[in-house]
Amino acid sequence: MERNKTVNIIGAGLSGLSAAITLARTGVGSNLISSLPSERAQSVLAEGGINAALDTMGQHDSPEEHYEDTMRGGCRLEAESAVRNLTQHAPEIVNELVRLGVPFHAEGGKLILRNFGGQKKKRTAYAKSSTGKIIMTALIDEARRYEAAGLIRRFPHHELVDMDVRNGMLYSVTVQDNFSKTGLSFSGPAILCTGGLNGFFEGATTGTTQNTGNAAAIAFRAGVRFSNLEMIQYHPTTAQISDKRMLISEAARGEGGRLFTVRNGARWYFMEEKYPELKNLMPRDVISREIALLKENNGCTGEVFLDMTELDRTIWDGRLSDLRAEILSYLHIDPKNTPVSVSPGIHFFMGGIQVTDRHETGIRNLYAAGEAACKYHGANRLGGNSLLGAIYGGRVAAESAANAAVPIRIEPKELPKGIDSSAAERTKLREALLSGLGVVRTPESMERAKTAVEALTQSEGCAAIDRDRALFGLAMIESALLRKESRGAHYRTDYSATDEAYRRFTLAERKEGEVCVYLAPEIQAKEDTHV
Amino acid sequence: MIYTISVLRKERGAKETYWESFLFESETGHDTVASALRALNAREPLTNATGTPVRKIEWECSCLQKRCGACAMLVNGRPRLACDARLSEFSDGSVQLKPLKKFPTVSDLTVDRSILFENLKTLRLWLRTDSELTDRDRELAYASSECIQCGCCLEICPNFYAGGRFCGMATVPITTRLLVEMPTKEAKEIAKRYVKHTFEGCGKSLACRDVCPRKIDTEKLMVNANALALWKRKRRKNDHQ
Repeated sequence: MERNKTVNIIGAGLSGLSAAITLARTGVGSNLISSLPSERAQSVLAEGGINAALDTMGQHDSPEEHYEDTMRGGCRLEAESAVRNLTQHAPEIVNELVRLGVPFHAEGGKLILRNFGGQKKKRTAYAKSSTGKIIMTALIDEARRYEAAGLIRRFPHHELVDMDVRNGMLYSVTVQDNFSKTGLSFSGPAILCTGGLNGFFEGATTGTTQNTGNAAAIAFRAGVRFSNLEMIQYHPTTAQISDKRMLISEAARGEGGRLFTVRNGARWYFMEEKYPELKNLMPRDVISREIALLKENNGCTGEVFLDMTELDRTIWDGRLSDLRAEILSYLHIDPKNTPVSVSPGIHFFMGGIQVTDRHETGIRNLYAAGEAACKYHGANRLGGNSLLGAIYGGRVAAESAANAAVPIRIEPKELPKGIDSSAAERTKLREALLSGLGVVRTPESMERAKTAVEALTQSEGCAAIDRDRALFGLAMIESALLRKESRGAHYRTDYSATDEAYRRFTLAERKEGEVCVYLAPEIQAKEDTHV
Repeated sequence: MIYTISVLRKERGAKETYWESFLFESETGHDTVASALRALNAREPLTNATGTPVRKIEWECSCLQKRCGACAMLVNGRPRLACDARLSEFSDGSVQLKPLKKFPTVSDLTVDRSILFENLKTLRLWLRTDSELTDRDRELAYASSECIQCGCCLEICPNFYAGGRFCGMATVPITTRLLVEMPTKEAKEIAKRYVKHTFEGCGKSLACRDVCPRKIDTEKLMVNANALALWKRKRRKNDHQ
């Protein structure tokens, strides 16, 4: 079958929806391909809010300050142009969400913004602590308009299994229909909106099980270039529940929650003592590192609690009621009365597919957006910037891809061999990566991890996808070894200072099957072409 | 404690179903049915209770914390999310898992819930104008936005069957949100379809409210939808307007 100008979008979370809606508004069709419907996407787990300098709180906020906070939070590991675009469009994006009916917290028609980490002004619009879910609902409803018009066509139980890239150009993607277990090939351009790299750390992140990481491994195999793979955000306040880390939203601290540990038998509010200005709202990399290093303090237990017992009752009944219900349900304690034991857990990947400011990858006809792409967040993402980056990135990627849209052929295709990964291989890879890519990285831990991952790349008899996953894991660990400095989320004991010479991206790609990791030239003010 | 987890299985494309049991040990019983299924599938090979290697159990799973609706199934006969069913609830140690039966089974516990999404299209549920949400309806719009389209409400509903005119309660949250956010004139089509496909078919058993994993007050949403769609209540303005 053929249709008019169409783009394939892989992933129906926030960035995928944003891309599909953007295309539809200009009359360009999309095939929205996802392993499960949008309601099941990881985006629905986003909690705290979305940043925009709307300046509704009488603090004289501006996009310029949002830009500066984002650059500083990300340790300047991003092109100025990208962050400027993002922060300047933020107010318009949030206003658009308001027009689409997102019930953000507001009074008298004016949005109420909350405090969030790394930002001195109230800039985070929110819907209790379910902001991702509430935004997703509005965008799913908006996408439905275009589904009914035939512009957006969903393939909602379909998973990427292969990409046909030749001579630097994407020709088609192959997906598996998980219901029939048959293959389909989609010709034409594609936007990868496949989310972060959680699946390489299965069970140890706040993400979903659907986020397997396979899409990244497949793209890497096809020759797509990735950047800053060593930049992994550990969120300071997560708790272990059955089979995953549960996020305790930064909103809890934005509303007054305090972190303490026990030292010599007494509570020690270490963040407040060490960082008197931003206190418990320092950027996530700083707090996670402080927590990880607590054990080195004499007389300190190292266990950290989030104390929310002093929060006003109205907050628990209102804007954090959902958070309380979740803690009661999964941790069996009432945060109103009892401090919650927390520890850093993997939450977000700043690294991903290298894209230009226009969200073009290094492969013609291929674009990337959302957490799948490396853009905007530098060495450490600020809370509230991921929802923003996903919506904005999806929009820009769609604008770029629209120029490449063509009539797309969808044809049955035989599935490639070795597409089912093994739980045992996934576990081995996870353990190796976790040991080398923690909050605090030592040369020994990284080298040991590299050796372990290298061995996995050579396992006999494993499925092709497991080998590809291991090669991707190797790129992650080699990127960490290559960055001989500490910056944002990447903290290593042997190079504990930030080195201006490393204000550049680490790049990773597969050339003739081998993993190549190297440093990019210095970051340009504008990243509008691929080197 | 060792739990016996019995799964009603079906091969892809086959007509027949069969029961197969698996043994799963959980010290505290804090594990959920979802984590038990994941742990079973991580075994290589997966063996059933008699020690015979069998193929992996197919089911859908995503967030593991009641926020995405993927893992809805019948747990001891009741529609619920596997990630919300703790093993300690089953004091005799036996858990029976069946696929939701209002939807076609794909394989094992995976069902095809596309009717959920088709119904939302049938009702033409999207905004016709910019939202005119007021503070007074903000909480209602929030509650309406929480629906995860898991299908538990349709499974328990005595009036719903796939392909019937009655679209079921899973359409009501979105309908309510749109009705409170749009001018009455622009919402006419949505109101009309709501009356035909939802209001008229609902027998008010309210079983949907009891099983909703998000604890959405479906009765309250429906009362509001009725008021706007049927009884022509005027939309509420902000206090300051």
